[in-house]
Amino acid sequence: MPTFVRTEKCDGCKGQDKTACMYICPHNLMKLDKDGSETGHAMRAFNQEPEQCWECYSCVKICPQNAIEVRHYADIVPLGGSVQPLRGSDSIMWTIKFRNGTLKRFKFPIRTTSEGSIDPYGGKPMPKLAELGAEGVFTKAVMGGFRAGKPEELIRK
Amino acid sequence: MAGTFDNPEIVQEELDILLIGGGMACCGTAYEMMRWAEAVKAETGKELKIKLVDKAAMDRSGAVAQGLSAINTYIGPEQDPADYARMVSNDLMGITRDDLAYDLGRNVDDSVHLFEEWGLPIWKTDAEGVRHDGAESQREGLPALKDGGKPVRSGKWQIMINGESYKWIVAEAAKKALGLDRIQERVFIVHLINDKNDPGRIAGAAGFSVRENKIYIYKAKAIMLAAGGCVNLFRPRSVGEGTGRAWYPVWNAGSTYAMAAEAGAELTMMENRFVPARFKDGYGPVGAWFLLFKAQATNAYGENYMTKNKEMLNDYPPYGQAAVPASCLRNHLMLKEMKEGRGPIYMDTVTALAKLRETLTPKEVKHLEAEAWEDFLDMCIGQCGIWVGENIEPEKKMSELMPTEPYLLGSHSGCCGIWVSGPTDVGAPTKEEYDGIPAHLPSGWNWGYRSMTTVKGLFTAGDGVGASGHKFSSGSHAEGRLAAKAMVKYCLDNPDLKPEFDETAEQISETIYKPVRNFIAHKDYTTAIDVNPNYITPKMLQMRLQKIMDEYVAGVATYYNTNDKMLAVAEEKLEMLKEDSQKMRAKDLHELLRAWENYHRILTAEAHMKHIQFREESRYPGFYYRTDKNFVDEKNWHCFVNSVYDKKSHQWTCFKRKHVDLVDKSKLFKAAAPH
Repeated sequence: MPTFVRTEKCDGCKGQDKTACMYICPHNLMKLDKDGSETGHAMRAFNQEPEQCWECYSCVKICPQNAIEVRHYADIVPLGGSVQPLRGSDSIMWTIKFRNGTLKRFKFPIRTTSEGSIDPYGGKPMPKLAELGAEGVFTKAVMGGFRAGKPEELIRK
Repeated sequence: MAGTFDNPEIVQEELDILLIGGGMACCGTAYEMMRWAEAVKAETGKELKIKLVDKAAMDRSGAVAQGLSAINTYIGPEQDPADYARMVSNDLMGITRDDLAYDLGRNVDDSVHLFEEWGLPIWKTDAEGVRHDGAESQREGLPALKDGGKPVRSGKWQIMINGESYKWIVAEAAKKALGLDRIQERVFIVHLINDKNDPGRIAGAAGFSVRENKIYIYKAKAIMLAAGGCVNLFRPRSVGEGTGRAWYPVWNAGSTYAMAAEAGAELTMMENRFVPARFKDGYGPVGAWFLLFKAQATNAYGENYMTKNKEMLNDYPPYGQAAVPASCLRNHLMLKEMKEGRGPIYMDTVTALAKLRETLTPKEVKHLEAEAWEDFLDMCIGQCGIWVGENIEPEKKMSELMPTEPYLLGSHSGCCGIWVSGPTDVGAPTKEEYDGIPAHLPSGWNWGYRSMTTVKGLFTAGDGVGASGHKFSSGSHAEGRLAAKAMVKYCLDNPDLKPEFDETAEQISETIYKPVRNFIAHKDYTTAIDVNPNYITPKMLQMRLQKIMDEYVAGVATYYNTNDKMLAVAEEKLEMLKEDSQKMRAKDLHELLRAWENYHRILTAEAHMKHIQFREESRYPGFYYRTDKNFVDEKNWHCFVNSVYDKKSHQWTCFKRKHVDLVDKSKLFKAAAPH
C-alpha cells in the first residue's frame, strides 16, 4: 500500500542533503527530487517504487511536516479509507476513517522511557575474559532471565 | 577521489569483526559484543576493531521495522527450556536441533527483560486478573517481568506488548553500545570473500553504497552474517501495487543464505518453508485472534475445519497426534476446504467478540476493541487499510483468511538456514553416522565456537541459523548475543590470523558493478530503456524467478503441489535464469540494490528447489506436497537435509545428517498414539 507525499506539505526537509523519509525507509523507496526532473515538483520527496512498499509507515511516522500518507494498494483495496498516525515521544495517535465515513481514534503507548535516554550498560557488570567460554550472556546474573532447566530433561547428557 | 557511476570509488578497511545486518540479531550481537570488547581492552589493552554495516537505517531495519504487537518467545519462570525445544520440534515436524532451541530457551528472557528496562511497554496482568497496557501497568506500580511481573499471555510462549517502537528502542541500545563511528548505514553487502590460503575460512565482505558511487571492501577475521530470510522468491498473490504487501518484509532478499552458500557454508533444511495462514491480502496477524480473543476459523458454511477434518491428522503419526498440531498440518486441513470448494475461509471475529462482550462492562468492551485494532496497528497497518477500505468492523463483519505464498526463514515458524556449531553442554552428538557427508565438513553438532558456520570465522544468527526456528524477535536478539561471545573468543584465540583475499579489489568491484557495466555498455542500442536484448531489468528477472517457483516448485498456482518431473523442469529453468542474472542491468544505484537482491533470491530459490528434490517425501503437508512422494517417511527421512554450494562450478551437493533427540518428544503426543 504505497505511500504518497502531499505536494503542498513537503518541504524537502529544508534542503538538507537527505530527507527524513529517505533516511528511514527500510527499502530505499523515498527519494528527493531536487530539480523537479522526475516528478515536476522540485525539492519534494516521492516514493520511487510504489509496488515495493511494505506499508510499514516508517516514513509517515517520521515526516516532520506530516506530509506523507498512504493510499492503500489500488489492486486490492477500494478507495476512500485512510489510516493516519501522529507519533509523539511516548505514544501514537491513530485516526482511522472508513470508506463509509465511520471514524475511529486510538491512542497507544510506544515507550516508557524518553527517547535517547537508554544507558545500555548502566548498572550492568563488567565481565571477566575468563568467563567468555561459560554459558549465558554477560547480564545473566543481574537480569533474572536465565532459565537453567531441569537436568533430567536432557536425555543424552 | 569522489566516485562516478562508471568509475566508483573503492573504500577498503581492515577490521577484526564485521557485522552484516542491523535487525534484531545484529542488534543483539552488537550489544553483547561491545561489553566483551570493553573487557578485552581492560584486561589485555587490545582494542578490537568492530563495524556494523546495514543496507537500511537501524532505527527501522529488519523484520521488526514496523513494530510488533507481541513478543513470541518468552519462556517465563514456570516453563523449562526443554518444553520450548519440544514445541519447536513439534511445529517443525520433528526435524530440529534441540541443542540450539534449548540454548536459546535458556537465554532469551534476559533480552526481553532488557527490552522492558530500555522502555518497551509490556502488558501486565494485575492480582485481580485485569490486564493493563505497558505504560498503564508501570503507572499502576505493577512490577517489571524481571521482578516477578505477570505478562499477558496470548499463547503459551507469547506475551503482549505495545510494540510500535520495539525496533527503535532495541536499535537505540545497540547504536549506543557501538557508537556512531562503528556504524555504516545504507551500504549493501552483497559478497563474501574467502581466504587465499584457506578456502574454508572467511577473509572479508564487500558491497556498495546505495547513495554514493562507492564500493566498500572490508577485511575481517570474524563476520556475523544476519541479513534476514527470503521474501518474494515466489509469485505473490498480489502482483500489482500489492506486490509489496508481503507477510514478511519485502526487503528480506535471501542475502544471508546466498552469500553464505557462495562462501562455502553448509546450509540445512532449505526445503523448509513457511506458508502462514493470515488475514487475506493484508496479511494481518491471527495469533491474538485465536489465542487472546478465542476466535474460530471456519469454512464459508460455518464449519470449523480443524474439528471437521481432524481424522486427516491420523495420516501423519506421530505428529498428527500432538496436542497442538504443527502449523503445516493446520494449513493441510484448511486447504481441503478450499480445494473442495467450500471457501472462502473466515475468521469468525463477530462471534468471538460477541461472546467476550457478554461478560464485560462497556468500558472493557471499548478496551477490547482498541486491543483488536492495536494488534494490527503495531505490526501490520496494511490490514487496517483493507478493513477501512472494505468497511470491515470486526464486531460486525468477519474477515477472510488465506494461506500466503511461501517464505523462507529460520527465525519465525520456519527452519531453513545455515548449519552452525551449537552448545557443548546439552548432550549433542559429536560424530556422524551417515555416509555421504563431504569430508571437509565437521562431524557432530559443535566445533568450537557457538553459532559459527562450517566456514571458519563466519557466524550467523536469527533467520540465518537453520534447523531451529520459533525464536522470533527476542530469540533472534538472544541468539546474536550468544554468537557475539564466541566471535570475541575466536578473535582472541587467533591473534596472529592475517586474512588474505582470494580475489583482488578490482575483481570484486567489477563483480559488484557488473549490472552497471551492462547498462552503460548497451543502453543506446535500443530506444526503449527497458527492452534490450543485451540486458534484463532486475524487475523482470524477479518476475521470471517468481513464475518458475510458483508454477513448478509448489507455489500458490498449484496449491503447493510439485513432483519430481516438475522439479526437473524448474531445475533447468533456474539454471538459465542464473546464467541470465549475469546480464542484469542497473540504471542507477537503486536498481543496483534490486539487482543484487534478486541475485540472492535466485540462489536461495535454487537451494530450496534442490532440497525439495533431494528429500523424497512430503515432510510439511500444508506447506508443500511432493505428489510423487505424498507421505511423511519417518524411516528414511527423519533426518536433516544439508547442502554445500561450489561457487566455481555453480553446483549444489545435498546430503543427509542424522537427527537425534536431546529432549524426550514422546511427551508431546497423546497417550494412545503410536510412537
